[in-house]
Amino acid sequence: MGHRSRFIAVAAVAATLLPAAGQAADDVGALRAEIDAIKTEYAQRVGALEARIAQLESAAATTAAATPPPPEAPPPAAAPPARNSTAFNPAISVILAANFANLSQDPATYHIAGFLPGGDEGPGKRSFNLGESELSFAASVDPYFMANLTAALNGAGEISVEEAFFRTTSLPAGFSVKGGRFFSGIGYLNEVHAHAWDFIDQPLAYQAFLGGQYAQDGVQLKWLAPTDVFLEFGAETGNGNSFPGTRLTRNGLNGAALFVHVGSDIGDSIGWRAGISWLDQSAEDRAYEDVDSLDRLVTNAFTGTSKTWIVDATLKWKPSDDPLHRGLKLQAEYLQRTEEGSLAYDVTDSNMIGSYHSRQSGWYVQGVYQFLPRWRFGLRYDALDSGNTHIGLIEQGVLTAADFPLLRPGSPSRITTMFDWSLSEFSRLRAQYAWDDARDAQVDHEFMLQYIFALGAHGAHKF
Amino acid sequence: MNRFVLTACLAWALAMALPAEAAIKVLATTPDWGALVTELGGDKVNVYTATSALQDVHQVEAKPSLVARARTADLVVATGAELEIGWLPVLLQDSGNSRIQPGAPGYFEAVSALRLLDIPTAVDRSMGDVHPLGNPHVQLDPRNIAAVAKALTARLAAVDAPNAQYYQSRGADFQARWQQAMARWTAAAAPLKGLPVVVIHKDQTYLLRWLGMQELASIEPKPGVPPSAGYLADLVTRLATNPPKLILRNAYNDPKAAEWLSQRVKAPVVLLPFSVGGTVEAKDLFALFDDTISRLLAAAK
Repeated sequence: MGHRSRFIAVAAVAATLLPAAGQAADDVGALRAEIDAIKTEYAQRVGALEARIAQLESAAATTAAATPPPPEAPPPAAAPPARNSTAFNPAISVILAANFANLSQDPATYHIAGFLPGGDEGPGKRSFNLGESELSFAASVDPYFMANLTAALNGAGEISVEEAFFRTTSLPAGFSVKGGRFFSGIGYLNEVHAHAWDFIDQPLAYQAFLGGQYAQDGVQLKWLAPTDVFLEFGAETGNGNSFPGTRLTRNGLNGAALFVHVGSDIGDSIGWRAGISWLDQSAEDRAYEDVDSLDRLVTNAFTGTSKTWIVDATLKWKPSDDPLHRGLKLQAEYLQRTEEGSLAYDVTDSNMIGSYHSRQSGWYVQGVYQFLPRWRFGLRYDALDSGNTHIGLIEQGVLTAADFPLLRPGSPSRITTMFDWSLSEFSRLRAQYAWDDARDAQVDHEFMLQYIFALGAHGAHKF
Repeated sequence: MNRFVLTACLAWALAMALPAEAAIKVLATTPDWGALVTELGGDKVNVYTATSALQDVHQVEAKPSLVARARTADLVVATGAELEIGWLPVLLQDSGNSRIQPGAPGYFEAVSALRLLDIPTAVDRSMGDVHPLGNPHVQLDPRNIAAVAKALTARLAAVDAPNAQYYQSRGADFQARWQQAMARWTAAAAPLKGLPVVVIHKDQTYLLRWLGMQELASIEPKPGVPPSAGYLADLVTRLATNPPKLILRNAYNDPKAAEWLSQRVKAPVVLLPFSVGGTVEAKDLFALFDDTISRLLAAAK
């Protein structure tokens, strides 16, 4: 649009407005009155609204004060920011245990008839005994590993490393690897820590064949099958340090353990697990002390291979309509061991060596019945068969059976009853009586009381 | 020979691929989360619930059957706030399944969507089973269910991305139905407002707060600690001046102490489902609240 045309447009607008100007001047008064009326009306309305807002605000303030913010409100920033470096501290737990023992036989004479001693046998000493205090640390190392240290402090003030292992957390396809020192996955009871046992001591078969509990210094590979039935395979190897093996001088893998566990539910109330395990170890100069036919204390030693089979089965019943009051845990394990090699007599002096072959077995069955929410009663039967051990030195007529009194064939057995009372998940008081014929000669009547207390991080309810 | 090997490989690959195409596997720790996953996931999820309403979720064991389910699970739906501390960590550890470890998308805690009540300022085991992160019995406030459903819908969509649309629309549908039901429950439960009650364990807190009911006392002197005779006698005297109208008992609780108190303070014991499946009527999440409210109303009359 040019200048000319713009001028025309303005002129046209002015021409249309000018005639109306006089008329408008007459209406100004009316308009003003109208606007004033609107103004007052709006002022009134705004005033009313302001009053209502104030009213609502005060009401909201009172309700907000009366009730906390609704839970569906957005979650608060997860947790208060870590104040210091303790946020990454591992979970710490402490177990304290002690017992009081009244034993009819001298515990110094305790042995399991017909079996080469494995180290951790018998009910321990008389009177008050401070048990092992367990100190455990566990945490994730990084996104790929977790690690755990469990140290045991005994009454004499010695510290031993019960377990110190790492474990992978992010391997694919159901695999996991554990390494360091750990309780082997063989059998059922072997992995269970002392504070979680249902009796004060281990079954005789575990004492005779595994020296109480088999700890592996090595590695474990486990694979869990992707099935609805629990099916787990495991393989381990290590330095063979634990009974029935010994620390070997050679390089490489010393000993192997293999196990398969399978488990599932029967209905809503029963869970079970069964397994079969194999432990293949070698021993070099596995020494033990005996008293020979001339009443001399001698040190003998076994060198050779030791192969153990374990079959285990555990069943837990908790009625699905009343799991609080009643429950039953039944468990049984059968162990069989073949040892082949040589037995040296009196290694420090005469040091005579002959062949050695044994095939020995043992089993236990136990039931623990919960009859009230915090009360349990347990019964266990142990039986061992020392078999016919071939000792070359005796068969050749060099020595007599009286030179190996500990290896005199026997069929040790034991019956144990137990009551325990747990005031909470973290404390347990227990009384136990055992009719113990491990010596297969004089029966030991063992009466024991025990306490177990758990402090710190919440323990795991393993099956 | 080669063709045979190839066919076998193909068959194996197909066998591995097919279940992945089908429903994702979800392991829920409680029947309530199991029911919620079913609502949100429909036929795209295969839910296994680890516990029943009659079990105390504190006291469960890592059974072999549960370890096996954890091994194949694509998603674990737990309450969190240490409710499952006794067994879930063991289960996850033994599962050999990296997808469901804490921090992974396959591990979901309901409390991550909620603000908890009863967060203690100090904790010590002498106080009983206190939960340092707050009261974990969150399922009895339907507003909590709505919030968890929202977060869980997003999680299902993340874990099973190809079906994200499906979960979103099911989630929206659930929220609409849930809001309607909530309006119905709130209206029906109006007479319960201010009603004084006694509980057994501090696990009704969220329900009572939602309905505006008044918790006079709990039969357990401390969480998880059973009452002594002395404490109960003391409770009776305390309640004499301010008597409760109802004593609430969950399906999994021991009825004895509640019955004993009921005779002394002349208030009826109301059995509540507490979880889906806790009563015959409480078949799903909607029925859980229908049944809870109708039982409360019937007893309060």
